[in-house]
This record gives sequence, structure tokens and C-alpha cells, in this order.
Amino acid sequence: MKARAFSYFRAATIDQALDARARAGDDARFIAGGQSLVPALSLRLQAPRLLIDITHISELRGVRREGGYLRIGALTRHCEMLSEPLIAEFAPLLHAAAPFVAHPAIRNRGTFGGSVAHADPASEFPAMTLALGAEIEIIGPSGGRRVKADDFFVDLFETALQPGELITAVFVPLFKADQRFAFDELARRRGDYALVGCGMLATSTGERIDDIRISFFSVGNTPTRVKGTEATLIGSSLGAERIAAAQAALEGDLAPPDSDEVPPAMRLHLARVLLGRMLGRLGERA
Amino acid sequence: MSGFDESLLDDADETVRVRFVVNGRKVACEVAPRETLVDCLRNALELTGTHAGCEMGACGACLVQLDGQAVHACLMFTVQADGARIDTIEGLTESGVIADLQAEFHRRNALQCGFCTPGMLVNAHELLSRVTQPSREEIRDALSGNYCRCTGYEAIVDAIDAVAKARSESGGAT
Amino acid sequence: MSAPLTSLDRPNSYIGRSVPRPNAKRLLAGRGRYVSDLRLPRMLHAAFLRSPHAHAKIISIDVAQARALEGVHLVAIGADLAKICTPWTGTLDHFKGMTSAPQLPLPLDRVVWAGQAVVAVVAESRAIAEDALELIEIDYEDLPVVADIDSAREAGGPLINPGSGNNVCFRSQLDNGSVDDAFAHAAHVVEEEFCFGRHTAVTLEPRAIVAEYDPAAGALTVHHATQTPYQFQDLYSRHYGIPEARVRVIATDIGGSFGMKLHVYHEDMAVVGLSILLGRPVKYVADRMESFVSDIHARDHRVRARMALDAEGEILAMDVLDLTAIGAFSTYPRTSVVEGNQVIRLMGAPYRFKNYRATLEVIFQNKVQTSQYRAVGHPIACAVTERLVDMAAVKLGLDPLAIRAQNLIADDAYPQTSPTGYRFEALSHQACLKRLHEIMDYDALRAEQAELRKSGVYHGIGIAAFVEITNPSPAFYGVGGARISSQDGAILSLTPSGEVRCLISVTEQGQGTEAIISQIVADQLGLAQEHVKVITGDTEVTPHGGATWACRGAGIGGETALQAARALRRNILEIAALILQEQPSALDIIDGEVVDAGTRNQRMPISEIARIAYFRSDTLPPGTQAQLTVSHHFAPQGYPFAFTNGIQGCSLEVDVETGFIKMLKHFIVEDCGRVINPMLVDEQLRGGIVQGLGAALFEECRYSETGQLVNGSLADYLVPMPMEMPDIVIAHVETPTADTELGAKGCGEAGTAAASACVLNAVNDALTPFNATINSIPITPAKVLKALKRF
Repeated sequence: MKARAFSYFRAATIDQALDARARAGDDARFIAGGQSLVPALSLRLQAPRLLIDITHISELRGVRREGGYLRIGALTRHCEMLSEPLIAEFAPLLHAAAPFVAHPAIRNRGTFGGSVAHADPASEFPAMTLALGAEIEIIGPSGGRRVKADDFFVDLFETALQPGELITAVFVPLFKADQRFAFDELARRRGDYALVGCGMLATSTGERIDDIRISFFSVGNTPTRVKGTEATLIGSSLGAERIAAAQAALEGDLAPPDSDEVPPAMRLHLARVLLGRMLGRLGERA
Repeated sequence: MSGFDESLLDDADETVRVRFVVNGRKVACEVAPRETLVDCLRNALELTGTHAGCEMGACGACLVQLDGQAVHACLMFTVQADGARIDTIEGLTESGVIADLQAEFHRRNALQCGFCTPGMLVNAHELLSRVTQPSREEIRDALSGNYCRCTGYEAIVDAIDAVAKARSESGGAT
Repeated sequence: MSAPLTSLDRPNSYIGRSVPRPNAKRLLAGRGRYVSDLRLPRMLHAAFLRSPHAHAKIISIDVAQARALEGVHLVAIGADLAKICTPWTGTLDHFKGMTSAPQLPLPLDRVVWAGQAVVAVVAESRAIAEDALELIEIDYEDLPVVADIDSAREAGGPLINPGSGNNVCFRSQLDNGSVDDAFAHAAHVVEEEFCFGRHTAVTLEPRAIVAEYDPAAGALTVHHATQTPYQFQDLYSRHYGIPEARVRVIATDIGGSFGMKLHVYHEDMAVVGLSILLGRPVKYVADRMESFVSDIHARDHRVRARMALDAEGEILAMDVLDLTAIGAFSTYPRTSVVEGNQVIRLMGAPYRFKNYRATLEVIFQNKVQTSQYRAVGHPIACAVTERLVDMAAVKLGLDPLAIRAQNLIADDAYPQTSPTGYRFEALSHQACLKRLHEIMDYDALRAEQAELRKSGVYHGIGIAAFVEITNPSPAFYGVGGARISSQDGAILSLTPSGEVRCLISVTEQGQGTEAIISQIVADQLGLAQEHVKVITGDTEVTPHGGATWACRGAGIGGETALQAARALRRNILEIAALILQEQPSALDIIDGEVVDAGTRNQRMPISEIARIAYFRSDTLPPGTQAQLTVSHHFAPQGYPFAFTNGIQGCSLEVDVETGFIKMLKHFIVEDCGRVINPMLVDEQLRGGIVQGLGAALFEECRYSETGQLVNGSLADYLVPMPMEMPDIVIAHVETPTADTELGAKGCGEAGTAAASACVLNAVNDALTPFNATINSIPITPAKVLKALKRF
């Protein structure tokens, strides 16, 4: 289990990173925390000629408020999601999801931007950007842009990132007083990829849900927002009947893939159970 | 560091010089970019206390401290650690910072084959530096990525629990 | 048994005392010396190209590009190694009629499982060797794959070994009493089919070997992470034609073993050959992906079983069919049929009944070989028996504890011969059952369970009694022709400074072998334990013996050490008596001092005796030759095996919506005979239980229909991790064996033997209100939800 030979370049600035990438061509890969990339290289599932280390680019660091958003630098480590007070206050859903991301030592190294860019459909954070209505800030050879999370995840490990582009930050709308959130997942062992997981963010007036965004992971080729299900909840309180309707609506939103261990019907069932429990908790917090 | 030199692309097999501080000493080392930190520590630096159990971050046997934080040495290439401070089980032992953990592991036989032990100690050390009085549940959670096939984990949890209590009774000093 | 053995109140009474392991401090400091740590001058690294097909003909192999790669020293295919290594066959004579094809380090013309090593590359580094693997081209022609028990048994289906009539490796039958009659007249019959998934050992240190052939000396040294160095010395000698005395096998620290590291692996044999071909040290450490497809797997049984009971709940008979699918070969040299054999012979072992019939069929399939792994056969026999007992209890309206109390063999009914043919010297099932009832607070657990059910929380309580087979005599392997020793040897020396050095054939894998041997030696000689140094695991240094497997370390190795220590003690006291002009019988040794046996007054330190004997023998009476080194061998006699027993209980919660199972607490009452070090025994039990819980809840080698292992990585194969495992409450009953002075019987497999049975019973107990049952392990959320018809 040894990687194929490659060259290594440590970029000090975004420009250096983009320049190296442009000149090395598609055989180059950016590396940040590397917690998914390094095993892929060790297993020779990927074999780039060049690794461009972006972890020393200070422009990619830092968490700060910017307008109505929290700007979370791409290099923000998973462990910082737990320790950074701004995250706890303004993006509590990420704070709640973080303990479920792998194990402590992985969280010390893995980066938020890397996780979103990798777009593993079983990962917590990519799905949470959907629930949060976040925007992904991207820079590339042809300049910078911001892409809504809703438009970012395209297919299995495929995103709106074009060749040569990298994520600089994720912009999360600031958490407001009239909002509630919930996160949970069903994983067989602590830190494992979940059989199904979910995050949700609701805006409400009293008990009435004015808006809700619900995003699942481990249910398909991409993190999945369940808009049909969301629609069943808007405009009413989270009573048992409403929750049951939402659970029933899930079938229209999810098409879990066939897997030898978790048949699609079972995954759908688990998603329903999880959704029901989380909405129940969300309702109790009203 | 200067900009990208395209000749790099033709030299994938060439070693590069990496400098870091390992167990308190400055070390320079010639490594191939593809060499993982765990392989470099074990081979070039002969620090064989750091073990390779899965090479994919699933077992915790290779945990070391990188700039004071526990990381998997199998999940990074040595070149990425250029300029960093690395502490391995050997260094942590010599500095005495985990002496009480080691003594308690010994007293309670919280190890059998010993292959997971360095990783367990690195993680336990980090936990107790973050949380002074972890519950048994918190201890198990902190160790959730550390695999032990021999002990059944209970003695390890007991040992960490006992050290946490002893440390807080003695005023948190280690 | 002499009185001081059980008394802990005199100095140096170590037997029965929890003392930490002297050799653990090294490991805690990161100073272990594992084979994977080893670097030798001019050492090269091997890697293997593996078959992607489960069954295929090798048409051609092109290694030209790999050979040309810089840094590559050798590329070897099957024919290259076949020239220097004789084939081996995994059969034993006492398994009548068993067959298995001959094996070579690398195959000549056919691959029989996905993951089988086909080509070896030796290079300057492992990374370069792996680069070379990518340059090798093999042309395969697919053959029909036999991927499970049913397709293997299909008449006219594909055959794994061309020329054989079917895919059967071995068949065996037992028939005692009148089974048909018992079933015909039974008031109650319970019957079920059980499935036990494949799992594997997943030692944290994968298999590791460094072979070093010195052509100048004609000598082979193998640093081998194995439990059984002597067995491998013999095998390397015979298969490579090197005189035994010129083969040295060294087993240093080992990162876990559990039975997995005593089998012949093709890669390991190949590495020895590669070293011979190159005349240089060659190292091979399996990476984790390779471990999953090349380490032995275990279990993979399907059992149909029924139990007959009378109207009062008395067990009358059992009737069992065990189908087990191994690999394409039977493993060498211990075979792959021992597990099935133990399944049918341990079935019903704790219970008093006379009528028993069993059929075992061991079947080939295109998967990696199965063989002995911790608790060989026990978990299957235990789960089948205990589940049937619980099913009977439900049918009869009896509490699970009550039906067991009624049927477990009475503690005063020994010796006893089981209907499967095992002879039990003395077991303590009833005492263990009583103790379990107390430590579980069983009645309170039942009350809590009833209360919680009202609020939709489903707890389950599971009980499983077990018998464990230990301390095997030659009846296990020797009678079948295997050169696997059932005896052990020890060489004990009093050093010139009055310390003791013990070279012994049992080996250490972390269970504490060296610790308990030093406890026994120190205890018997009358020394502080720190003055006893135990050395294990080097065929050049330690005497030949069985080493460590089947929980024989304490029972056989310990007795060897005990008898050797007594012999050395006699010799020391003989010299002391000459010097002190006393009778030897008037003297004793306490804390390193020769004392008057009666008054315990100190007479002379044994270091002084050593000094005189080694350096001033001129002062001893003429004709005296001090024998301060003794060698001693011990082979078990009397009963062909020792048996231990115990009972486990557990409490768990089933989430009936998600199918998730949370372990709440686990309990064990265990009788391993004489306990030498309670702390180490408890560690063996806990570790063993957690391996059993892994099997019950998580672990399974899952295969596709084409024979591909689909979860062969540590991210996908779920081992038990700290967060999901419960705390474990332990109690002991001690029934020493009278076959030895020491009385120890072994404890390494007891935990694994019954833990999965407990969980199976507890889950079914939790599901009682739903009329749902599960009889297959691992018990995954999918199986629970299926049983509950939730999807």
C-alpha cells in the first residue's frame, strides 16, 4: 500500500497554487488535510504526477463574519468546528455535526473546504452546506465566483468545481434567533460513515415553520436536499400528523442506491425514522 | 518558497530534503515525496514505536503529535510535515509527560500485544490535555478510532479514567 | 497439590496473584521489537501480485517490464519456487477420508481464490516492488466460480479440484444412544437453521516475516511473527531441504495472533524461497488489504439442529447437521476441518443427555482458506445449543436460567463422558450458574426489562453456558501425523549472581505467558519475580515444544515450568546441604535465601551457592558436580484434553425502529482451573468476549457472487471499537485439574466461546413481543429490521 511516485509543491499563495496547477495540467491534485486523498493515493486508486499542497496559504484560513454570512476559510480544520466560538454561535449546525465526523485525530487534520470539494455523499459537512443554504467561494484560472450549495453537488464525487479550481471559503448565512436546527445520523460505530444522516435548519414563527431546509447524506450519489419533504412542513407546526406526512414524502425525494448491505427500502425506512425523530426534537425546541 | 518549477514534474522519484523537529531535536531527512510520515519515522528515523496497522486512518496505531495535535502518521506524506514539530511515543516517553498514563496502563495491564498502545497513549494524552475529567463515555468516544484486538478496551478506559482522577486530585499537574 | 500453591501469605507466593507483566513496560515506551520493525543489512522487500479472479486458468505471465525496473532484484513465478520447495497437503490421517490438493508457494497454472498471490517481486523498497507489480501482465481464462455452500454442493456444478468427484473435503458422523427413538417420544422438539458468517482475526500487526538465507553457511534464519516457531522450523527445514539444526525461527514481539499466525501462508513460504534464491534477507509485511484476502478466515457454517425434550423440560437428544465451507484448500499443517470437528463435538457439552447424532460436511469453495482462529468451533456449538435451549424454555414456559439449572450437568457428577465422546474430568456448571445469577442481579434485570417494555424500550437478556477444550494431548494433531508437539520444554539456570533464567518453548503474544511463567518459577523456587528472566520464541535458544495455541500456555507450559523449577530447587538445595552440612529436606528457599525448613532462619543466600558452585567448586566435597541448569519436558497425560467451563450473560437494547443494538453490560463466570494471575485471566476473558461481540454484531467477510471479498478493508470490515463495547463483569470458580501439579486449564478462548451466543439469545429475548426471531450472526440492523418486517 505505497503511493505511486509523484512530485510535491508547496504553494505559499493562491496564485502559486493556481499557476502550478495550470502548468502541471490535469495530472495534478491539490492536497489540504489529505485525510481522504492520502489513502486513495496509498491504494493507488489515484496517481497524480504532482501534489500541490495548499495548507500553507494563509488566504484560505480563518473564520470571520462578512455581511450576513460567516466566512469559513477552506482550510478550517474539522476540530475547529468544535472549538471556534464563531462557529458555535453563527453556524451551530456545523458545530453539532462535527463530533460525528470520523475520529478526533482525523478531525485535527481534515479541512472543511477539502471535505466539501471531495463531496463524499456519505460525509456530514457537504450535506450540511445544503441544509444551511451556504455558498461555496471558488477561485480558478478564470477568476473567482460563488456557487450556491444547491448547485454545487453534481454527481458522485463530482461538483461544480472546474479543473484547476479550488475552494477558498464557504459562506454560511448567520444563524438567527428565529431558527432551529437538528443533526443526527445512524452509524453502526462511532465515526463510521452513517447508514443515513441528516441535518436541518428551520425558521419559524412560534410553532409554525416558515421555512425549513433538510439535507440527507449517505442516501445517494450526492448529498441530498429533500425539497418535497420540506414543502410538507412549511406553514404548520411539527405535530405528529405533519411529521408522518413528511416521512411519507421522503419516498419522492430519495432514491437510495442498491447496496449489498443496506437495501434501498431499508435505507428509506431508516431515513424516515431519523427524520421523524429529528422533527420531533425540533418541535420540542419550539 | 518560490513559484512552481516545471522540472519538478520530471523528478517524481527524486528525494527532497525535509527539516522538522522530532522529539525535540532538529532533524533533516531525505525523503521521496510519496513516503508517508509513518514510513519515514519508522525507517529513516528508526522510531519504530509508531506502528502501521492499516495505512488508511482506520486503526489509530500510527498516531503521533504534529504541532501538539494527534494525527495519523499514515495519512500524511513526510513532505507535508516539513517545518513541523513531531512528537512520537519515544519522545513523549523520554520527556515524562505521559509517565503517569504509562504507569497506570502497566498497573492495570491495559495492553496485551502492545501494538495499539503508542496510539492509545497519544490519544489519551490529547484527551486529558483537553478535558480534565472525562466521563467513561467521553473516554470511549475519544478512543473511537483506536482499534485494539486484545484487551476489550475496558482496562484502557479504566487506566485513563484513573489518571484523569489522579491528575485532578493533584491539582492538574502531570 | 501442595498447600503453598494456594497460600498467598508467604513471600514469593505468586500463583494466584495479580502482578503486572514485566515485559509490558517496553511496549508502553514504544520499545517493542516486532518483526515489522526489523531491518537487516542488505535486506530487500517483497510484494505480491494477486489474482483478481476467484477461479481462473493462468494462460501467460509477462514479467519482462517488471524485471527491468530499476531497484527490482527478482521477479518469481510459481515454477521458480516449485524448483526449490516441495508441495504440502493440508490433510491429517485421523480425519479419515479427508482430501485436499497439494499446495505450492505460488500457483503454477490455476488460481483458486481472489487475492491469491501469483507473482512475487523483490525490490529495494516495498514501494518499488509495488511499482513493479503494476508492470506485470497476466492473461487469465475465467473458470466457473464456486462462491457458497449451496453452489459447492450442487450435483453437476463446477468443481474446484479437477478430477475429484465433488467439492467435499471431509465428512464425519457421530451417533450415540437412540436419537430417532428419543425424538419419536419427545414431548417437545425445537428445531432451527443457523448461519454463522465468515470472519477473520484482524490482528493489529499484520503478518510479518523476514527470511535470511546465508548460502555460505547453508543456514536459514526466519524472523517470523508466529505463535509456533518450532512448527515452522520443522516445515521450512523439510520443504526447503535444509537440515533442521540449520533452520532458526525467531518469534519476537507479535502484534496479536489469536490462532491466525500458526498456519502456513503461501507468501511466507515464498519469502523463505525468495531469500534462498537471492541469498539476502527478504522482508514481507502484509498490508491491511492483503491481510483481508490472505489471512485465514474462520466460521462460515450453516447448522441445522434440533433438540428433543420431555414434558418436564429435560433435554433428551440433539440431532445436528453442520455444513461448513472452507477455501479451495485445507490449511496446512492443522487442516481446515478442526473447526467443524469441534462444532459437532462441543454441541450440547454443558448438558446432561445421552442421545446425540451429528453429521459434518466440510466443503471447498473459491475463497481464501478458513482455519483455526480463537475459540475454534466453540461459538457455533455454543450458539446453536444455547439458542435451542432458549427456544425450548419459551415452549415450556420456563425461565432461561431455570431450564439451564435443570439440565446442566451436576457439579458432583464427574467424571462424565459427553454423548459426543469427550471425557470431562471435573466441571462446575451449576456453581457458575448460581454465581451468574448473583452478579447479573438477574431478577432485577428482568423486572427492569418488563417495566421498560411498557414504554416501548426493548431490552434483551441472554445467557449462554459453555465448555472450552484446552491442553490438548497428541490426540489433537500428533496422532494424525502432524509434527506439532503437545509437550513443552524448559531450561532453567541459576545464574552466577543467583538469579534464574528460564528458556521455555511456550511463546508470548501479549497474553502474559512470560509473566505467568516467571510467577510460577519464582513461586516454586522461592525467589522474587524480578529475579526470574523468561526467554521465549527462538528455536536456537529455547527447547522444542508446542508453543502457544489451544490455551495450552498456562496448563502445559506452566506445568513444565513448575516441574523444571522444582528440579532446579532440588539441585540448589543439594548443593546448599553439602555446604551447610544439612539434609536437603531440612532446607527451604524463601526470597532467594536458603533457610531452615522448620524455623525459616536464614542460612545462606542462593547467590552465595551460585558463587561457590561456579567460581569455587574447589571448596565443594570431592565428586560434587553442581547441576545449576536443568532441562525438563512435560507432556500432558491422563485425560486427552482438559476442559474448562463457564457461563456468560448480557443485557442489551434493541432499537426496533432502526435495528441498532446497544450492548449494555456483559457478564461472565469462568472456571479455568487454577488461576495464576487473576488480572491476566480477566484480560483474556474481556478480550475474548469482545472478539465474540464483534462476531455477533459486526464482523463478516462479505463476498459477491463472483467470489470477490467486497468489504476487505479496515474501513469496511467492522471490528469492535471502544465506543460500542460494554463494560464486562467477571467472577471465577476454580476447579483445578488433577492431571497436573499446577492445576491450570487455560482461559484464552472462553470469552469468545459464548459471547456471540449470549447476544443471539438476548436479541431474540428483546424481540419476543414482536414474535420475531433471528438465527444468524452477525446480527446486523438489516437482519433485525427484516425480522421485524420494517422494510
